[in-house]
Amino acid sequence: MVCQNCGLNEATTHIKRVINGEMAESHLCPGCAANLGYGDIFSGFGLNLGEIFSGLIGNSNPPLRGEAPVKRCRRCGCSFEDIAREGKVGCADCYRTFYDTLLPSLQRIHGRIHHNGKIAAEQGEDNTKPRQLEKLKEELREAVNEQNFELAATLRDQIKELEKED
Amino acid sequence: MNKWYIEKGDQGDIVLSTRIRLARNLNDYPFPARLDAKGRQTVNELVRDVLLKGDTGTFGYIQMSALSRAQAVSLAERHLISPEFASHAEGRALLLTEDEAVSIMLCEEDHIRLQVMKAGLALHEAYDMADKIDSFLDSKLHYAFDERIGYLTQCPTNLGTAMRASVMLHLPALTRLGQISRLAATVSKLGLTIRGAYGEGSGPKGCLYQLSNQITLGITERAALDNLQAITLQMINQEREAQKAMLKAPEEEDKIWRALGILRSARLLSGDEFMELASTVRLGSAAGILDIKLETINELIVNMQPATINAREGRNLGANERDAVRAAGVREVLKEAAV
Repeated sequence: MVCQNCGLNEATTHIKRVINGEMAESHLCPGCAANLGYGDIFSGFGLNLGEIFSGLIGNSNPPLRGEAPVKRCRRCGCSFEDIAREGKVGCADCYRTFYDTLLPSLQRIHGRIHHNGKIAAEQGEDNTKPRQLEKLKEELREAVNEQNFELAATLRDQIKELEKED
Repeated sequence: MNKWYIEKGDQGDIVLSTRIRLARNLNDYPFPARLDAKGRQTVNELVRDVLLKGDTGTFGYIQMSALSRAQAVSLAERHLISPEFASHAEGRALLLTEDEAVSIMLCEEDHIRLQVMKAGLALHEAYDMADKIDSFLDSKLHYAFDERIGYLTQCPTNLGTAMRASVMLHLPALTRLGQISRLAATVSKLGLTIRGAYGEGSGPKGCLYQLSNQITLGITERAALDNLQAITLQMINQEREAQKAMLKAPEEEDKIWRALGILRSARLLSGDEFMELASTVRLGSAAGILDIKLETINELIVNMQPATINAREGRNLGANERDAVRAAGVREVLKEAAV
């Protein structure tokens, strides 16, 4: 097999990466592997997900040229093309500025687009409570389905308690 | 104070360590790739000042540029920092507890990479500790967060919980039986990934692997941990079964004794040869053939990595000289161990 990077030498380093279930393979010659940082102990750790990501965005959103002035993030000055080229997002506001444009790529990487984990404090109670309620209600439905009425009663009380706080 | 890796934890015959890593960014600063050295320093000192005022542990603050290359790489060999972090020191700093169980990389790929390590299989304990420190930082700093896509990270693959949980596994029998690639294919369907913990390209060294979660968006931290825990337990069972079957052959037990013989007598030990023999001796210890403590071997594996030897000696040794120092160190440690 020929090296995918230089296309000249025999590929001896084979790298497989699985990101959320999607397999990406690269085959490199020793020279290119070393240049790209796969040569020594540093190899497996410094994985450049950015490049893979930039490939994903690049394909899904062909840049539009010669049209409206380039939209830029107000905090860091990144354009969408900068993000796509580097595979790195500039700052938190980039996500807000380019959310709709990024969404298809995010969907392709993650499958699901709906955060379900811990919530940062800055977001305050407003966001935390509806999430908590939603979770409790789901657990309640499950408990009822499983005919676990003792648990269901406890959950119902917790939901009432939360709703009362409003 | 004992380092965390000197302890033996739950399922210690197969699981060396558990690691939780959380990626966090500050809302009001560009991500590290778009910050100059001065901007990075501002972020580093901001996080440092907040953390040192809290009561979540006693941390030392290390400017990466103040370390020698050997010292920096040694931190990576101990899995306290990423190799990438060790290779570019500018504008980067590390917060580290004395037992090395908690390390916080500042301005790596993200502003904050908080990491907690525990001996053995201890996913929930490690997460709880990371969560506590994270919540404290969160209460003082304005984190970059979005209700829809969770914690905002420089690389979009980490969005959501921005949590990577991993366990370091010693799988000598499954490796011998050629089962690793089959396992890798299976776990990737379950949202996990497995790769060598030491070395790459030439194949994983010492039959040591990292099994970690890949999915970060749309899943709770607890669910991701439960998933990883369940699959780790299955792998542990498979490895134990494979060890039992493999060690029925007298030549396999012979290999273990021979490996110990070489480690106790060799005058030169290269890194690769050491890792292979240490792995075989560790198998003998895990299977109850050798009466050597697992902790002794775990500690050797950490202490005999090349940059760690250089850092300990305080200078860069040539390959031959280092192999001699390694062999002498290994002999010294194993001399004491009763058999």
